[in-house]
Order: sequence, then C-alpha cells, then structure tokens
Amino acid sequence: MKPLPNDIMILGVGMTAVAEHWERSLRDLALEAILEARHSAPTILPDALYVANMLAGSLSGQTHLAALIADNAALQGVEAVTVEAAGASGGLAFRQALMAIASGQLDSALVVGVEKCSERVTAEVEAALATSEDADYEAIHGLTNAAQAALIMQRYLKEYDAPADALSIFPVTAHANGEHNPLAMFQRAIAPERYAKAGMISNPLNMYDAAPLADGAAAILLARSDAVAEEFTLPRVRVRASAAATDALAVHDRDNPLVFHAAARATAAALQQAGLTHDDIDFFELHDRFSIFAALSLEAAGFVPQGAGWKSTGDGALPILTMGGSKARGDTGGATGLYQLVEATLQLQGLAGDAQVEGATIGMTQCLGGAAATAVTHILERV
Amino acid sequence: MEISRHWRLKHQRYALQGEICPHCDKKIFPPRDLCPHCGEDARTAYAFSGRGEVYSYTRVNQAPAGFEEQAPYTVALVRLEEGPMVTAQLTDVQDDQIEIGMPVEMVTRRLASDGERGVLLYGYKFRPILGTAA
Amino acid sequence: MSEPTHSTLLQPVKDVGIAGYGAYVPQYRLPASEVRRIWKDGAGGVPIQEKAVAGLDEDVVTMSVEAARNAMSRAEINPHLIRAVWVGSESHPYAVKPTSTIVAEAIGATPSTQAADWEFACKAGTEALQAAIGFVGSGMAPYAMAIGMDIAQGRPGDALEYTAAAGGAAFLLGPAGESLARIEASYSYTTDTPDFWRRAYQKYPEHAERFTGEPAYFHHIYTAGKTLMEEMDRTPEDYRHVVVHQPNQKFPMRIAKSLGFSADQYTTGLLSPRIGNVYAGSAMIGLTAILDSAEPGDRILLISYGSGAGSDALSLVATKALPERREKAPSTEDYIARRIEIDYATYARYRGKLALT
Repeated sequence: MKPLPNDIMILGVGMTAVAEHWERSLRDLALEAILEARHSAPTILPDALYVANMLAGSLSGQTHLAALIADNAALQGVEAVTVEAAGASGGLAFRQALMAIASGQLDSALVVGVEKCSERVTAEVEAALATSEDADYEAIHGLTNAAQAALIMQRYLKEYDAPADALSIFPVTAHANGEHNPLAMFQRAIAPERYAKAGMISNPLNMYDAAPLADGAAAILLARSDAVAEEFTLPRVRVRASAAATDALAVHDRDNPLVFHAAARATAAALQQAGLTHDDIDFFELHDRFSIFAALSLEAAGFVPQGAGWKSTGDGALPILTMGGSKARGDTGGATGLYQLVEATLQLQGLAGDAQVEGATIGMTQCLGGAAATAVTHILERV
Repeated sequence: MEISRHWRLKHQRYALQGEICPHCDKKIFPPRDLCPHCGEDARTAYAFSGRGEVYSYTRVNQAPAGFEEQAPYTVALVRLEEGPMVTAQLTDVQDDQIEIGMPVEMVTRRLASDGERGVLLYGYKFRPILGTAA
Repeated sequence: MSEPTHSTLLQPVKDVGIAGYGAYVPQYRLPASEVRRIWKDGAGGVPIQEKAVAGLDEDVVTMSVEAARNAMSRAEINPHLIRAVWVGSESHPYAVKPTSTIVAEAIGATPSTQAADWEFACKAGTEALQAAIGFVGSGMAPYAMAIGMDIAQGRPGDALEYTAAAGGAAFLLGPAGESLARIEASYSYTTDTPDFWRRAYQKYPEHAERFTGEPAYFHHIYTAGKTLMEEMDRTPEDYRHVVVHQPNQKFPMRIAKSLGFSADQYTTGLLSPRIGNVYAGSAMIGLTAILDSAEPGDRILLISYGSGAGSDALSLVATKALPERREKAPSTEDYIARRIEIDYATYARYRGKLALT
C-alpha cells in the first residue's frame, strides 16, 4: 500500500457517555459528539460528513442517516454519506474521510459514529444484529451474533486445550481499565473468580464474554495540518496508517474458522504502510465485542502466535482496551470504531487521565464487522 | 412476509443441492457459480449425501425475534463429508450427547414459521445417525 | 335396473407392487400414565402404554419427507419417474397448499408429477394408496408415492388424548415384477357414518363415544375384510400376517380375532401399545413393521379404518426381493426403539396447547 500523506491530523474529538440514553435520540447524541469535536477547531467548516451506523434502519426506522445528521448539526448543504459494515462501520467511515482528504478532494472532514441499541426489546435487537451474518445460510437457523462467536470459542478452547476460563483475562482487563473512564457504561473492576459463575448466553460464551450493547456517539474532525489554526494548542495526532480487508461473511465458509484473516491482512497492511513493526506499537485498541474476538485479534495482528491469544497478559504485555474496550465502555455497534479512535487520540495526547498509558506515542486501533468479516486497522501517531 | 427469497433457496434447503467445480473438483455448498477455491466457473449441480460431523456447537439461550418459541436450541457448524461446512441446528439430540467430531446426518425440519398466517419454512438440520442401515 | 355384475374387488390391468416403503416415528414418548395423572388424578386404566409425540420442529411435511426418503432408499429408482406424490392426513400444516407439493420437491419428484393432499380421517393414507395402485396399474404412471402421516390431536382431558399420536409411513408403488411385495387386490367399503369428525376451523375433533365401536370401527373393518377374502376365495389361514387400523390395544386384537385371525398373525403389526394411534398412518406403519420381517411368499392382509366412515382392505404377497432391499433404510423398530420420555408439561408445550399470544 502507498504511504499516507504525513499531514492528515485529528483536530478534534468528541464522545458521549455510553449508556441506555432513553431520553436522547440519534440526532441528539450525534450532535453532542459533533459539537465537542468541532470545539477545538471552531473555524473549520468540514467539507464532508461521514456517518457510521449499523442499526438505525432496523431499530429506529431511519435510513439515509447522514443527511439527517448533517442538517441537524447545522451543516446545511454539506456532502454527507452513511457508511455501514456492521461493527466496522466506524473504522471504515474514518477511512473514507481519510482517503478523501488524502486524495486532495477534501481539505477537512467530520466523522461521527452514532448508534442507539436500546430502542427495541432484546429479541428484536438480536434479530437486527443477525442481519450482519449470512442471512440465507446463518441467520435463518436462529444464529445470533453471540452464538456465532460461541461456535468459534467452543472450537478454539478444544483445539488449543485451553481451560474454560481462558478468555476471562479480556473482560477482567477491560473492567480494570474501564474503572478510570468516566464515560464508560461500567466503571467497576470484576474479580476473575466471578467469571466461572456467570450465566451462559450461548455456551461456552457467558455474560462476561459479551460486551453490552448500548447508545452513544463519537466524532472526529480530520483535516490537513495547514488548516490548523494558530490557536490550536492540543498535542497533534496524525494518521500514520489505514487499511481494511474482508473475509468470508459466513464463518462456515472460512478455511479455518479460528483465524481472523481479514484482521491479519488489515494489520499487516497498516504496519507495512506505516513502515513500523509490532514493537513500535504502544497500545492496541482491539475490538472485544466478544472475548474470543479479542484473543483472535491479537493472534491475527501477529502480537502473539496462533492459539496463544488467551495467554497474552501479565507484565510486559501490550496494553489493550486501555479505557475499557467494548466490554466495560460498552459496545456502540457502528460507532465503536470511532470510540476506539477517539480514545486512542486522547491516549496519544496525554489526556486519558487515570487510564493513561505512560509515554504512548503510537497506537493501533482495529474494529471488526460481524465475526471479523470486515476488519479496519488504523495506526495513529503523536507528532 | 418474505416469499421469494426462501422459495429461491428451496433446493439448497430441502436437499443440500450444491455444485461441483469441473476444474478443481471441489464440492461447493451453497451453490455460487464461481468456485471459491480456484476462481473458475462452477455451475454443475451436485447433491450432498447429508452426512457430516460436528465441528462446533452452542446452545442459544437468548433467541432473536422469530425463534423465541423454539428456544433454547442448539446451533452447530457441521463439516459435510464432501468438504464444505454448514451452519445448522442440531435436533433429536440431548445436550449431554453432543461432542465435537460426532457423526450426524441431515434431516428436513421446520426452521421457522411466519406467524400464524404466514408461510412455513423448511430446511436442513442435523441429528445423530439413526438406525442400523448403511 | 338390475344389479351391476362387475366385481366389487379393485384390481388394475397391470400388476402393481410396493417398490419401496418407509416408516417414521418421532422420538418423544408420553406415557399414558401422565395423561391419567393430570386428568384422572392417577386413577383408572390406560388404553396403551405410551404414545409418540412430535418435536417442535416436526410436522406432517417433515415426517412425510423422511418416510418418503426411506421408501426411496429401498426402491432405488430415479425420483423423476414418480408421477404422483399423495399424502393422506388429518393434520396437514396448511388447509390450502398441499403437503404433497413440498414432499414432492424435497424428494426430487418435481416437476412432472401429480401432487395432492387426501383426507378420510384415519384412512387418508390408504385412500392415497388405493388411488396410487390405480395410477400405476392403469399404466399412467411408472411409480406413485402414497403416504399416510399424522400428528394427531386430542382435546386435553378427552379419552383420545391418551392415544392420539404422531407417525406414519410411505409406500412407493411400481411394477409388481420388481417390487418388495405384490398387491393382489383391494377393496373399499364406504358408508355415511358420523362416528368421529372435526368441523372446519375447529382445533379438536369430536367423537360419538361408544357409537365409534360396533357400528363404525368393527362393522367397517369386519365387512371390508370379509368381503375381500370372499371375493378372492381366501380364508384367514391363507395369511401369515394381518394388520388393521389400531386406535388402541384392545380394538385391533378383538376385530382380528372375530375375523378368524390368531395372535401369531396380528402381533407383528400391532404397534399401538408402544406408539399410540397415528391416525392416517396407523395401519400403514403396522404394514412397514410386517415388511421389516416378512419372508418371501408371506401373504399379508391390511384393513384400514377411517371415521366418516370406511375401510380399505388390501391383500399382498412378500417377494424374494424384500429381505435384501429392506436393509437399505432404518426399520420401523429403529424408530420405535428411539425414545425420549417426556412429561405432560413438555408435551403441552410441544403440541401447541399453551397459549403464547
């Protein structure tokens, strides 16, 4: 892949708390994030708006979301597009904005991910989420996203002779870090012993193996550095790499269901584009929608060997889920990728408070669509 | 009510009708006209035997809309003996009998119904091999 | 006008036989003692030991498909030679849209085939069988499939709830020369007799209690069996096996005896104590059990009964081809031995007796 221009900056970030925002709509949440993102660079009127969302059509009866968000944010007339790739929508929307600026067609862009998962009862949300699977050959059998992940997890534990609580390190890590994130849905550590007693959602996947889905919005203002105003005082973060890839949508169509091929491709491409190695990465915001995805993401990215993802904690291990990940922060569907990018930016700017990863200058983010049928990897760098 | 989508799929769903690639001989399910292995045209019909083994399984406790009346139910990844893998429910089997690697056979069962008034949907599920016949 | 002189026996111009047969019984069993526990506080007798109950994902379509596939495994013919797929049942999933179209599609018999659903209470299956004999025997069809299958419903608390069960059988008819059992002749006896019925849009059937015995079940089976044997110049001793419609344990034993048959002749086909009354599949699945063990040359008499009312009587002879080809699919006993006992609550859930909306 060609290297990116080295002057595409993140000039502003914004995110709402993740919660069941009964009293706030898609527009309300998106607006809050947009206002916060634009606040640090108020003179920049974005040339385009990219909206990441996956469920508004099925849960809120609202498609054509980008036009609505643009108008509601008083960005009248601006070019606007909605990007959808299930849970990878956020990363892909950011990537589209990046490529548009890199091409020279735009000087600046606003990216916002917004999702409201609390709009309907659980069974209907499960059915809506299942539309990100193969409708004709997976969802029609009653396969939920959790069941799809559970099928992978069940085989993984057997194949690698891992104990039943092997993946508990991921929710435990997420919650330990989420304690320091005031916007997280859950701000309390969980004791590892609780894992074995947790109720089953779809065996062997239990309540701690699955991130809760809730509402939220996160936004980023991107522009070329020459658009940055004199008064901009925040530490500068630029996009060092961006890559995306796909894998067979249905898990059963993959040669090896225990390998996230799309994630492997996207990460390798991003590292190559950036001219970096694994050792250069100071932290990794991987997508822990399910704990098995966390293990497989680490393996696919090449930070640990295949089958060893569940053994990857302890001193010296790569910091992950630094502000709670999907498990403690809450997963916001198509907006998750933007939350990851915003959190990574705050880390690189030294603004992560008690969640701060000391001395972080290069961070990697990755969001996944479905069971990693789409993977989008970004590398951000403090300039 | 969804009619045509399911009607298009009835041969795949009732009888595991797939394809065989005339170039690389791989068996393909579901049929997709372009071989995913070698990338060549593959439109020759092939009927799978229905025999396979369990690659993985899980019991769904939190069902999506349309499946609540069946819950809990077990979904599995089944490796067909000819090579492809399918997602399907397991039926006629107790939870404690299910094991990765167990041989299973295809049966035609009701997958779902579109409410009290809508069309009934039939398709493949898998169960432990029944009887002593070959 | 004088009485017609044509024989009342049904015999086609070409000889017809059973090219393949298959049974199906679901795996769940509800002990009759459970029905008694709930409705009679455990007091009184029970008409059978236990009955077969279909699972949540089963219905007459799915059960017919499996029985038909078993018949095809034994027949070993190309499904495109089948010119009729006919399913007889009291519990077709659709009131309009034949079960038979789905079964025909599933076994690969479409598109050049006849398909239709049949109804005549518990003899809907043998109705289809009689017609299939004619279809093949006239030369119109090389092969025709007749299926009797039911998921019988009894009103909760009613006497029929002990026995109303799920199961049945499929028969592929073809030329007698290659068949597993030759059909010698058949006879149908019909009257307008309201012993048991269900009005349109009603969920459960009604029955006339003791009237369902002598004037209905016993009279029709007796007359049909007697007439067939007389017309063919046969006696009970000519038959190795007899099977009749089996709504419970006592009735079939009684009618077989009054026709002159012994326990040795009716035991093989008597399945109701262990699976209940499978309605349109009842006599037919008794026949599959007999075919599973019959010797070449064994003569078999089948007499079905359908309320409303009528009986079909058939005389068959097992052929030399039977012992080898019957091994190509699961036996009736393979299905009956496969049992998971359930309680009344699980049965109520499976049979849709809980109001979910």
